[in-house]
Formats: sequence, C-alpha cells, structure tokens
Amino acid sequence: MNKGSKLAMGIAAISLLLVGCGKATSSTSSKGSSEALSGKVTAVGSTALQPLAAKAGSNFTAKNSKVNLTVQGGGSGTGLSQVQAGAVSIGDSDIFAEEKAGIKADKLTDHKVAVVGMAPVVNKDAGIKNLKMAQVKQIFTGKITNWKEVGGKDQKIVIINRAQGSGTRATFENAVLKGATAVKSQEQDSNGAVQKIVSTTPGAISYLAFSYFTNKLQAVSIDNVTPTDNNVQTNKWKIWSYEHMYTKGKPTGATAAFLKFMNSKDVQNSLVKDMGYISIHDMKVTKDAKGVVTQN
Amino acid sequence: MEQTNFQLKKQDAQSDEWEAQLHHATKATREDWIGRGISYFCIGIIILVVASMLWFITSKGIATFTQNHVSLWKFLSGTNWAPDQGQTGALPMILGSFAVTFAAAIVATPFAVGTAIFMTEISPNKGRKFLQPVIELLVGIPSVVYGFIGLAVIVPFMRHLVGGSGFGIISATFVLFVMVLPTITSMTVDSLRAVPRFYKEASLALGATRWQTVSRVILRSATSGILTAIIFGMARAFGEALAVQMVIGNAAIMPKNLISPASTLTSQLTTGIGDTIDGTLPNNALWSLALILLLMSLVFNALVRIIAKRGQLKHER
Repeated sequence: MNKGSKLAMGIAAISLLLVGCGKATSSTSSKGSSEALSGKVTAVGSTALQPLAAKAGSNFTAKNSKVNLTVQGGGSGTGLSQVQAGAVSIGDSDIFAEEKAGIKADKLTDHKVAVVGMAPVVNKDAGIKNLKMAQVKQIFTGKITNWKEVGGKDQKIVIINRAQGSGTRATFENAVLKGATAVKSQEQDSNGAVQKIVSTTPGAISYLAFSYFTNKLQAVSIDNVTPTDNNVQTNKWKIWSYEHMYTKGKPTGATAAFLKFMNSKDVQNSLVKDMGYISIHDMKVTKDAKGVVTQN
Repeated sequence: MEQTNFQLKKQDAQSDEWEAQLHHATKATREDWIGRGISYFCIGIIILVVASMLWFITSKGIATFTQNHVSLWKFLSGTNWAPDQGQTGALPMILGSFAVTFAAAIVATPFAVGTAIFMTEISPNKGRKFLQPVIELLVGIPSVVYGFIGLAVIVPFMRHLVGGSGFGIISATFVLFVMVLPTITSMTVDSLRAVPRFYKEASLALGATRWQTVSRVILRSATSGILTAIIFGMARAFGEALAVQMVIGNAAIMPKNLISPASTLTSQLTTGIGDTIDGTLPNNALWSLALILLLMSLVFNALVRIIAKRGQLKHER
C-alpha cells in the first residue's frame, strides 16, 4: 500500500464531505402545492432579526413538519453575501442591499418583514432626557464633549458606537449624521453589550433598538418627540429601519411559504409586536433604499 | 529409496511452507502496515489542513494589497482605520496588540517565577498538592468567563481608580495577566525542575545560602526555559480575542495612554467580520489583520526554537 494512494483517498474523503456540506445548505426543493410542504430553508444574517426569525421559524415548522428550517446569526453582511453566493436561501439584513458595497442588489429580492425603531440612550447620571437632532449629531461627531453643554451634568461624554458596517450603526448614521463622519470611539458589536455598558458607565451615550430599552438607562427624546412605536409608524421619529429577508431571485417552495408566513397576520399582529418589533402592516409611510420617505 | 524420496518430498513441502511463510507477510507485519497507513493518513490530513489554512489566510490577506492596491507600508504605518471609507491604517491595532501583550507579560512574569520557585524550591509538597490544581484550574476557565469578570469587576474598578470609562489597555492587561499567569508558571516550574540536582547540591556544599542558590544557580541555568515560558505566554496574550475585546473598548485609535479605549488585531476581527462582504476592501483588510496575527505567531514560535537551541548549547558546554 503506497502513501500516495492513501493521501489521495483522504483528499477524496474530505472533498466529499465538503461537497456534502455545500449541498446541505443550498436552497429549497420545490414541490407541487397539493403535496405537503417539504424542503430545507436556511436563514442567516442580522442578529437584530434573529430572535424574531427563530421564533417564527419554530412556529412555521410546527405546522409544516417536513420543512427543515434553520435560523442563524452572523451579521447583516454575512447574510447578504451568503444569499448572494447562493449558500443560503434567505439572507437576513438590517439594511437595504443597495447600501452595502459589494452586493449586487438587482440580483436579490427584498422581503420586508418588520420595522425596528432605534433611539439614543444615555447613562441615567448624565441628567439628559431630550436633545435636539443637531446636538446628537454634534455629540457623535465630537463637537460636544461634555454633558453640561447640552443642559446636563458637568460630566465627560463617553461615546459607545457600534462596529463599522453594523446595520444599526448604518441606520443611525443615515438618520442622524447625514454623511458626517463619526468621531473615533469605542465600538461594541452587539445591542446586548451596548445596553450593559451604557447602563454602567457614567456619561455614556449610544443607541439601541427599542426592544433593548431598560429602566437602567435613559432613552432620549429628539426635538421633544419620544421614541415610541406610534411615532415610528408616522415617521415623526426618524431613526428606524426595516428588517429585510433577502432571497436570490424569486423564492420558491418552502422558502416562499415561510416568507408568506412571516408576512401573515398571525406573525405580524402577535409575534412581531410581542418581541418588540413594529409590524410592517402598521406603517403609514414607506422608506426606499435612498432614505426617501413617502406617505402610504 | 521410496522412503527417502518421500522424506525429501516432505522436506520439500516443509521448505515450501517455510518459503511461503517467509515470503508472505505475517499477521504482525500486516498490522504494522495498517498502523503505518493510518499514521500516514492522519499526518497527511493534518498537513493538508495546515497547508490549506496557511494558503487561505495568506491569499485572502494579501488581496488588500494586490486587488485593492493598498500599499503595504501605508497599511502598516497608517493610523486611520475606517475600511468602509477606504482607510486601512492598521497601526493602532498592531500597537494595541503589542502593548497589551508586553504589559501582560511584564506584570505576569514576576508572579509566575515567584510562584514557580515556591512550588519547586521552597515548598514542593504544598506546591504539588495545592498550587498545581489551582493553576490547572486557571488554564481551564474559558476566556469568555475571564472577559465577563473583566467587564463586571476590573472595568468598574479601573473607572473608580483612574477615571475615564474604565475600558482600555490597563483593563486588558489585568485580564490577560490572569490568563497568561498559569501558562508561564507551569512552564517555568518544568524548567526549574529540569535543573540538574547536583547544581543545587554543589552550590549548597560551597556554602551558598538558599537565596544565593536559587537566584544565582537555579534561575541562571533555567533562563532559557523561563524565556520560552514567557514567550508562550505572550503568544497566548497576542492571540486572545474574546476576553480582550470585552474590556479594551475597541476604539481604533492610536493608544495614547493606558486608560483610554484602544483596540487589538483580534478585537477588530471579532467585531468586524460579520458585517463585511466577501471580496470587498473592508473584508480583505480584516484578512490582512489575520495574516499579521498568523505571521506574529510564527515569529513567537521561531523565537522559542532559537532560545531552546541556545539554551541547549549552554548546557553542553
């Protein structure tokens, strides 16, 4: 027995395994509507959408036991690039595919499944409840560095930003900074970390999705508009984004059925609201990829 | 005649059988072959995995320079890290990584060597019964737990002690100090135990005190082993991602002092990789950071080998 053939066998075995993995995550096998729904759906991406997608997914598979549905995180960037590569059936994203460099948005189909509102949050010590939009911008661009300049305590402002490329950060910067560059500061990679750090660090400011508000930190009103679901629905509160589920081309089979389920009254009127998101059906305005808002 | 013929035939048959036995593999030989085959197979796979990982990281890591045409010097010396806007100055992270690594090694080494001397020279029994399990326990704690303790205890403590937000190189140093301490200690213990017994006996016989023996004979002859231990500790500190990321603050700015937020190569990698798209500059730039990490661990390995070799030469002389 020579070494060469052994090695060749090993390589063959590994490549077989790899091919197997590649197949396992590929998209759905469609079947006639008369038969019971079956196939494999993989949704990967945004961690902001992940809890909703996972809960809706388990409700969906409870009804369609032959569908094998997996929901994973990984970040909006991962979701978009994986669905573009055809490695997963659904790419979850907090931002429009058009906003992400390196993604060919015309190859992807957008399915908006929920809306998330975000607001600046500050440590309770700072004594801030309301800010002007211009002041928020000046804080995040480093022009204002002490809370007393905006009517708070004499305390240094500690900016906690989200990681570059994060969907939440992109939404916040589009709505608040409008093209200006944020000052270099601390960066955290999740809502959870931001929540913990802002509530324990004196003088800290960051921004969070509404569902992460707690009584240990202060959500800030902007121009006397409070960050509530109702204000998002009318676009009085400007900082919000859609949660997208992208598919490559038109969805088929189990994937299409799952997306339909996500958009159904069942999910939108109960699950979406229970988990702190805003239903897509309640929105009185529409925002496009360029950020232009129109009344419905 | 017939009988002898028969005997001859019998002998022939016997020798045929022997010949057959000699020319064919026995069970033991076959087992040998199988064992060797399995070993080669495993080694082959491991070599394949290592080689493909090296190739993968290298090819992805140099894409920043070949596809995006960022100059290597600008990448290594630039101080503005904003890959989304095309700025890929990695110096803040490189400095951050080295700062926490060296600071942690400097803080940990005296404690590690002291503990090791206690365990080998001063109280070997207590060392074996009590300290050994404690150190092994420290090794086994997952890094996320260290990070969590750092976030919940060290960061607030630093905030009260020195002000600021509490996130920064100093907090990372203290977390890493606890993480590299067991590595350096246990390897130092090994190298102190490897010092020949007669060195110590000769020193004591010449009238040296215990302190003189420890400091001038035992530590001196274990120097190369201790240096190896420190470098292994530094390699661990350099590559640690999660715990550091939780306490250093991840601000991609040049570290001005020990108490302001900074970032390391690993902390940028873990925070950034999920939000970048394959084949774009932000993604390639992160791979380049990974390549730097890989090269640095090769350097650490090379250092260990060089030191070990020089230590050997000394003993032979």
